[in-house]
Amino acid sequence: MKRHLAIACLLLITSQVSFAVDTTQMPTPELQKRYLGLTHELRCMQCQNEAIADSPVSLAADLRRQVAEMLNAGKSDDDVRAYMVARYGNFILFRPPVSSKTIWLWATPGILLLIGAAVAVRITKQRAALVDGDNEPVEEDARSS
Amino acid sequence: MSKFLIPLGAFVLLAIVLAVGIKHSPEKGIIASPLLGKPAPAFTTTLLNDPGKTFDSAEFKGRWTLFNVWGTWCFECRNEHQALLDIAKRGEVRLVGLDWKDEDPTATDWIRQLGNPFDVIPTDHEGRIAIDWGVYGAPESFLVNPEGVVVHKFVGPLSLEAWQAEFLPLINKKS
Repeated sequence: MKRHLAIACLLLITSQVSFAVDTTQMPTPELQKRYLGLTHELRCMQCQNEAIADSPVSLAADLRRQVAEMLNAGKSDDDVRAYMVARYGNFILFRPPVSSKTIWLWATPGILLLIGAAVAVRITKQRAALVDGDNEPVEEDARSS
Repeated sequence: MSKFLIPLGAFVLLAIVLAVGIKHSPEKGIIASPLLGKPAPAFTTTLLNDPGKTFDSAEFKGRWTLFNVWGTWCFECRNEHQALLDIAKRGEVRLVGLDWKDEDPTATDWIRQLGNPFDVIPTDHEGRIAIDWGVYGAPESFLVNPEGVVVHKFVGPLSLEAWQAEFLPLINKKS
């Protein structure tokens, strides 16, 4: 019984393994690395939450072919990004560039972190002040004694 | 009281940010095209019904064009087809229908069965023209003015209502 269960679990797990969508091989390891980097940071416009590297739709395949061709032609990563943005807009980039339009997107986490830190410091200081002036046993101690 | 002020302030701030975000978020799936206001991307390609002949994007110049991207594999294109036929009948623009990543015989059958709204049907077998136009899902329609500049993009199946509401005013404004 246990054995069957184990096999069933194993089957469940292995069935989740996805098939490689992209089998493109670039001529050099260096190009392969850049190719994989770019195809993972470009959004599949059709499925929107997938990178073109992982998407099985035909447009993603066309865009991967475009990336491979441009890299083989000696274009830089920025050339490829600019090419895609000129056609599909910033939305195709999973990491949008910092600009006047997107500055809040980038700044907000930092600002929130600063506010959080300020609150934490304040609370810590208040607590510390409380402990200094507190000679009475706290509630729980009093109860246990 | 002041104990609640900071979380309350944070909540209000967050609520405002989210409200603005929701209000300004474009309709899901519709992404502004960087192409608007720019010359139509150049291409030359063979025609579906006459592979010996070609269509060149230079031919956009001189009159208003509805550039429609379709394919027989595209489900919504079938729903859109009647609207295209209706628009063609009105005669306000020339219809250029890019057959995107399709098989010629299948596409020819489709046109024969459903009728042909297009003045010319350029083909994009490899999908390269569609990439230059920033197409991400058929059907998509572009309005190209007589100067060859893209002035409007419509994503999804076109309807006569959408044509009258979104396209015609642009044509009438300039001509």
